[in-house]
Amino acid sequence: MKGTNIISFLKAPQIFGFMCFLFIISMFPLFASQYYSYLMLSFFSYSIIVMGFNLLFGYTGLLTFGSALFVALGGYTAAFLTQHSIMYMEVILIASIVLSAFIATIIGILCVRYVAVYFALLSLAFAELFYSVLLKSYHITGGDQGMKVLRPHLLSFALSQSTQMEFLIGNYYYYALCLLAISIFIMWRITSSPLGLCLKAIRENPTKAKYLGINVIKYRLISFVIASIYGAVGGTLLAVISGHVDTSLAYWTHSGTIVFMVLLGGFHNFIGPIVGAFIYIFLLDTVMSMTTYWRIIFGVILALIVIVSPGGIISWVEMFKNQLKRLRGSA
Amino acid sequence: MSVANILNIFFSGIFYASTLFLVAAGLQIVFGVQKIFNLACGSFYALGAYFGITLVKWFLVAGFPESLFIIPLIVAGIILAFVGPLIERGILKFIYGRDIHFQLILTFALVLIIEDIVRMFWGAQIQTTKGLYLLYGSVNFFGSIVPVYNLIVIGISLVIAALTSYIVMRTKFGKVIRAVSENREMSQALGINMNLINMQVFTFGTVLGTLGGALVIPSTAALPDMGLELIVLSFAVVVIGGLGSIKGAFVGALVVGLLKSIIISVYPEMELFLIYFIVIVVLILKPEGLMARRVA
Repeated sequence: MKGTNIISFLKAPQIFGFMCFLFIISMFPLFASQYYSYLMLSFFSYSIIVMGFNLLFGYTGLLTFGSALFVALGGYTAAFLTQHSIMYMEVILIASIVLSAFIATIIGILCVRYVAVYFALLSLAFAELFYSVLLKSYHITGGDQGMKVLRPHLLSFALSQSTQMEFLIGNYYYYALCLLAISIFIMWRITSSPLGLCLKAIRENPTKAKYLGINVIKYRLISFVIASIYGAVGGTLLAVISGHVDTSLAYWTHSGTIVFMVLLGGFHNFIGPIVGAFIYIFLLDTVMSMTTYWRIIFGVILALIVIVSPGGIISWVEMFKNQLKRLRGSA
Repeated sequence: MSVANILNIFFSGIFYASTLFLVAAGLQIVFGVQKIFNLACGSFYALGAYFGITLVKWFLVAGFPESLFIIPLIVAGIILAFVGPLIERGILKFIYGRDIHFQLILTFALVLIIEDIVRMFWGAQIQTTKGLYLLYGSVNFFGSIVPVYNLIVIGISLVIAALTSYIVMRTKFGKVIRAVSENREMSQALGINMNLINMQVFTFGTVLGTLGGALVIPSTAALPDMGLELIVLSFAVVVIGGLGSIKGAFVGALVVGLLKSIIISVYPEMELFLIYFIVIVVLILKPEGLMARRVA
């Protein structure tokens, strides 16, 4: 890449925004409380998960109620490996990626021939299958008790002298943030590549896409596998944060939570799901501290989003922009 | 394995199937006509169970004989019919004609809402109808002891199954809903009041779910999240039987119910695994289900 290219690349508003976002978030632990920094960590994990989910839903047009399968797969991989003294986080991540890619390919080949309700149901069936395996193989997974996830080594540093909280909102915070940044970058490249355009074409009109020579099944499979890998990486990060994994990670309501985040933020948009994950996590924390009946509040919010504003919160920004333009035009 | 054992497994499977059938039939009829896969039908089941317990309590407090406890249960299921129009007119009607994904997600919102409504009214503790279950005694079939209450529930479920297929196949209302499920636009063009049909069908589906919950509750215990487990099972039922058909719900419920009771007695670790395994096999080999995909 030539010098001028790099400058114009950096000048792009998306890149500028991305840099600002990273800067603000990396400063966050310096002024925010420990607790909120800790919440940020789950935001990082879910951001990666929902980005993957949205490649499948927002870009390819396939809704799944089974994404929790891969989150749990990533989480349990971390638990299993750390309990067997494989402590390197990089090794764990690679293991999660390879394992999830492998399983997603098998499941994907069977699932992607179907669309709409059938796809949603078939992927849900696989997730429930995995859930039942986790629940019943007590000797490996601990059944409904779950498993402990030990503190992994980051970049081969053991970091065993710091307390759990120091570790999490110190080294691990920046580690996870880097991973998020890389994930966002890769996903951004994917969605703006010909692959991303193919996926969008498939979402808009599968038949037409087929006539244009796009191998619909193949691209759906690719999208499914990438989404699953993102889910597994997010799940691995999530498992280290809580230090514990259990079967609720694989339960279908967890998939529902992921759907919720994406809808809340806005699925027709690259950053929508990330915004959704952020709002969901911090809103849930606030609501839960006020009342035990958070489900009814969140249920109403989800219903309102679906009925009134299916584009999610991000679409309000667009609406606001258009409104501004119109005002300026008339003035 | 003795005859008694086999009969035990058979009866518990059939009993299980009969409640599964009610909920799954509710799911089917709504899916068949309105094309909405209603995740909330498990929540209706939970609602029916809790309200059933409450009505039975009132019934006993009012001094009615204990042995008639099945009456308040059925009444509970039927009273809850009002939830149907409430949800259909209040929430669902806004998303007809939208992308099918949104309809699925909206019913997930209903799951969340109803779960907390149950918590608000009845708390998070386990609730039961105490000893009423064994009040009717039990009968002995070749050494297998079957509670009479189970037989009553199986009977009621069969009656409802017969009634439902009578309504769908033999009445004018049934004719109309079959027409709508075949072709919405055409039926509308022929002057069918779609709003009314949607409301009636959804209410019908709701009552099947609440009745299922109310009838099963004496034999088990109510928990606020009992609907979550049931919805995935009834989803297995409808997939195995075939989406959108009452016959499919019937066959699917029998398969899942019997399978469940067989595996529980033989190799309990495999219980859920085998059910979902069959679901996957059916979806892949015969996505239209074991029964043809039509209403009724």
